[in-house]
Amino acid sequence: MSTAAVHSLWTIAADPIPRIDAPKIEYGQLSPVLIVVGAAIVGMLIEAFVPRRARYYAQVFVSVVALCASFAAVVALAAQGYGTTKAHIAAMGAVAVDGPALFLQGTILLAALVGLFTFAERRLDPAAHGNRVDSFAAQASSVPGSDSEKAAVKAGLTTTEVFPLLLFAVAGLLVFPAANDLLALFVALEVLSLPLYLLCALARRRRLMSQEAAVKYFLLGAFASAFTLFGIALLYGYAGSVSYAAIAQVVDGNVPHITPALANTMGNDALLLIGAAMVVMGLLFKVGAVPFHMWTPDVYQGAPTPVTGFMAAATKVAAFGALLRLLYVVLPGMRWDWRPVMWAVAIVTMLVGAIVAITQTDIKRLLAYSSIAHAGFILAGVIATSRDGVSSVLFYLAAYSFVTIGAFAVVTLVRDAGGEATHLSGWAGLGRRSPLVAAVFAVFLLAFAGIPLTSGFTGKFAVFRAAAEGGAVPLVVIGVIASAVAAFFYIRVIVLMFFSEPRPEGPTVAVPSPLTMAAIAVGVVATVVLGVAPQYFLDLANQAGVFVR
Amino acid sequence: MIALLIAAPLLGAAVLLVGGRRLDAVGHWIGTLLASASFVIGLVLFADLLGREAEQRTVVQHLFSWIPVAGFQADVAFRLDQLSMTFVLLITGVGSLIHVYSIGYMEHDERRRRFFGYLNLFLAAMLLLVLADNYLLLYFGWEGVGLASYLLIGFWQHKPSAATAAKKAFLVNRVGDMGLSIAIMLMFLTFGSFAFEPVLSQVGDTSEGRLTAIGLMLLLAACGKSAQVPLQSWLGDAMEGPTPVSALIHAATMVTAGVYLIVRSGAIFNAAPDAQLAVTVVGAVTLLFGAVVGCAKDDIKKALAASTMSQIGYMMLAAGLGPLGYVFAIMHLVTHGFFKAGLFLGAGSVMHGMNDEVDMRKYGGLRRYMPVTFVTFGLGYLAIIGFPGLSGFFSKDKIIEAAFAKGGTEGWILGGVALLGAAVTAFYMTRVMLMTFFGEERWRDRAEASGQAAATPHESPGVMTIPMIVLAVGSVFGGAFFSIGDRFLHWLEPVTGHSEGHPPVGAWAVTAATVVCLLIGVAVAWAQYGRRPVPAVAPRGSLLTRAARRDLFQDDFNHVVLVRGGEHLTRSLVYVDHTLVDGVVNGAAASVGGLSGRMRRLQNGFARSYAVSMFGGAALLVAATLLMRAV
Repeated sequence: MSTAAVHSLWTIAADPIPRIDAPKIEYGQLSPVLIVVGAAIVGMLIEAFVPRRARYYAQVFVSVVALCASFAAVVALAAQGYGTTKAHIAAMGAVAVDGPALFLQGTILLAALVGLFTFAERRLDPAAHGNRVDSFAAQASSVPGSDSEKAAVKAGLTTTEVFPLLLFAVAGLLVFPAANDLLALFVALEVLSLPLYLLCALARRRRLMSQEAAVKYFLLGAFASAFTLFGIALLYGYAGSVSYAAIAQVVDGNVPHITPALANTMGNDALLLIGAAMVVMGLLFKVGAVPFHMWTPDVYQGAPTPVTGFMAAATKVAAFGALLRLLYVVLPGMRWDWRPVMWAVAIVTMLVGAIVAITQTDIKRLLAYSSIAHAGFILAGVIATSRDGVSSVLFYLAAYSFVTIGAFAVVTLVRDAGGEATHLSGWAGLGRRSPLVAAVFAVFLLAFAGIPLTSGFTGKFAVFRAAAEGGAVPLVVIGVIASAVAAFFYIRVIVLMFFSEPRPEGPTVAVPSPLTMAAIAVGVVATVVLGVAPQYFLDLANQAGVFVR
Repeated sequence: MIALLIAAPLLGAAVLLVGGRRLDAVGHWIGTLLASASFVIGLVLFADLLGREAEQRTVVQHLFSWIPVAGFQADVAFRLDQLSMTFVLLITGVGSLIHVYSIGYMEHDERRRRFFGYLNLFLAAMLLLVLADNYLLLYFGWEGVGLASYLLIGFWQHKPSAATAAKKAFLVNRVGDMGLSIAIMLMFLTFGSFAFEPVLSQVGDTSEGRLTAIGLMLLLAACGKSAQVPLQSWLGDAMEGPTPVSALIHAATMVTAGVYLIVRSGAIFNAAPDAQLAVTVVGAVTLLFGAVVGCAKDDIKKALAASTMSQIGYMMLAAGLGPLGYVFAIMHLVTHGFFKAGLFLGAGSVMHGMNDEVDMRKYGGLRRYMPVTFVTFGLGYLAIIGFPGLSGFFSKDKIIEAAFAKGGTEGWILGGVALLGAAVTAFYMTRVMLMTFFGEERWRDRAEASGQAAATPHESPGVMTIPMIVLAVGSVFGGAFFSIGDRFLHWLEPVTGHSEGHPPVGAWAVTAATVVCLLIGVAVAWAQYGRRPVPAVAPRGSLLTRAARRDLFQDDFNHVVLVRGGEHLTRSLVYVDHTLVDGVVNGAAASVGGLSGRMRRLQNGFARSYAVSMFGGAALLVAATLLMRAV
């Protein structure tokens, strides 16, 4: 050890211990998250203290109020200009309050609210022993097929814990796209993931499959988290900080005070590149990009359908938000390194999602592969590295989330004796027996396929245009080809519904409560409005398209 | 204001077609009212134009930009000048009269409301066509009138012949429409615009070859819409439509759209002499073609249709003469609008009184039973053959003069054809007149022979005869009103331009020759149909007669050359499609499906293999990122 280094160690130790300032927390600017977390804790107290009979109503009430209040808080922040001029980094640099964050938080909250309606649906399953039940297991801890399960069903138990779990997941989702340092990112990732793992395991029907899905999701999610955490460690090693701003400065090479420790590591690009790749990989896992997509079909199929819908919409929104912030705020200085790689990921994702979907026979798996293909389309917008790229992705996410929740809500309606009839053969001739439901589903499918006058077209057009203007023309060409392939299986379902003979003992369409109807109606209205008159929302997304640094 | 002109009938069409059965009782009044409203607006605008200096009589109203893209301006803008004003008055005036007439004619039809809806739709589209300030909007109106024409020809869709005729008209018109769309594309390529102003003012800087191409494509379009050779075959069959439709669309207005197109694009044709020559040739050929066919038809409406074709031939001929003839083409168009509409309405009145019989061999001696129809039809007849003093005389005579004035051999040929046409016109129109209103009352014997109750010819109600009377007045005085003091010439000259021709012989000589030809035609007809009784069954006739009855083999020609040829082409295309295209498409689909099946197998359900794939993916991602830096 050189004498200078020894000296510096001695002098540091000799200084009086610096006072730790109490962190400055802008409670007002963090209120959307705080409201949801608070409501989740209230929900836990309800589970503990409110009589079983009243829990469902109390939980639904608290959740709806919390989500609405949180959404109001987001709108209020945006109205005060936090989305544009007053964009700001709160909580000692950990959480950003800016346009993309507020836009995505608003989207997540609306998606969660609509998702909550499907969670709270209690008319679809036939009443068990006189008790109305929802899509969730009577008692999560009872072994499937055991006597204790039968007893729980007979007692009319329901798992009302799903509502606080949903709120916790929403809290994590809200922080995820706003996280402005790597630790906040990781904490948010875990806060959103753990409740979702649990929710996936809670299906009332086909419980083994549901539990299997949850275990797979948990194992693979933990695996991906480990990569992310390792990547965070490497980036910290490279830049000496977990703050996005500080890392970005090091990447760009304009650090005001270079400490000796930083001087040693900042030239080491391997740390940066490997670390960045591993963090990005963790996010790609969450959005379901190839080759980190394998969990998607199994989990989407096994999870209770309301959870699938919520997860498919909100997780994708939050994860793409986090990915955008990481790539645009932390790593713009090395975009020549990550762009070609992301190109490849986008291309493979679009093609694999579209191609494998063709041979699916289960509607939920079909929608899972469709979500993979859509992740590829959105990645094309991410790669544009322009303001248009950001705003097009924001718009696409908003549009996509409503279509997705609506589509999965329709899936919950088509039922036979064993619960939801998700095998496609059961959907044959649905248009003859239930023209309205089939027509609504057809609208969602057309939006997925990106047919004009639906939100899917506007979103896809915006994303591809941004990508093409960013120079990624080959990517756009492949994207259009993938869209054409994808259109095949969407249209095939429409053909199946409207132009095939119904099976004699095929599934029937259950009449839902106003809750699910509202969820579907919101989906249809959003799909059509964003398709026919998208200008206001495009402007909104465009205004929100700037990250605070 | 200009937009209101179109909006009124458009509103009518929307209300009548969307309104449903509730409007059945008042539908025809709504339609007529809105058509007349449009006419009144037209009159107001006309008065406004008259109050201005001749140079300031062009009003452009820019409504909105439809597709504003850099370098591609598709505007919805209207141009009201002397030329479009003339058309507006003709369309709304004759249109309103025919609306009134239809109230009576369609009285017993349970789909009358729909009929008026279509008529209003036609008016709106036709007004759009003539008021458009650019070729794209004109095309919109062009297709609109095509649609209305299709709907109205096939209005009695329960008759297979009507449905077929509608389809035929639509298909033949498609050929012409292709011409128009190609012409518009060429214009955009050449001038970077398709608004009248930039296109027509830049003609001087453009190569003649390109202009000839545009001109020929426009001519093709005009041939389709105006039933000119070689796209004439649909007009005769179009008579399957109700008679007011034949009067309005297939005589007075829509079929003259081709002439409008040529005159409006005059600058292009003036700079492309080859295209202009083609226009005169088409006009001259059609003039004779229609006249010959008209001599042999026994169906009163088909005879009139052939006559329409021939008269439009005159207009085309005049339009092809350039500035010599533009004004006279439009003048003949207007007078023809009056007398031909009147003739058709007369024919409709005859049919109305004769249980919808159209065969003239089963008419005869009707003048005693339908005096009003006889007089109005007779005045229309005198007008069309060009009887001195009536409107056809003034307009047709000018065209013949202009044809001679073209000069050289061409002038002699064109003038000769026009003169010959005048003689034949006199012949076949006299034939129609004699067979219908004079001679024995053949309908009595026919009814006895077939054992049916005899038709009881009767005059039509006032709601039908009044429009006929108004049109007859126009047929008598229109030409004189336009010609005395060259009123029409001075009115239209600022738009179309005019150059005075110098016929090789004196104008009076041409007039005299025209009158002589006319008298010969009438005399021959009288000798054949007036002096001798008309056989109730058509005699075999000469080769030319038989050919003319078959429309000079137009359908046979189309069948052999186009239909057969098309079938062969289709068959070979289908073969290529099945083997080559389907092969590629199905092959691609099959390979994508196969790929899908194979890739699906990777999804084996084991979390461990998913984890391996993730690990491999992460390794690739890291390696690729590092590699990018290395490169």
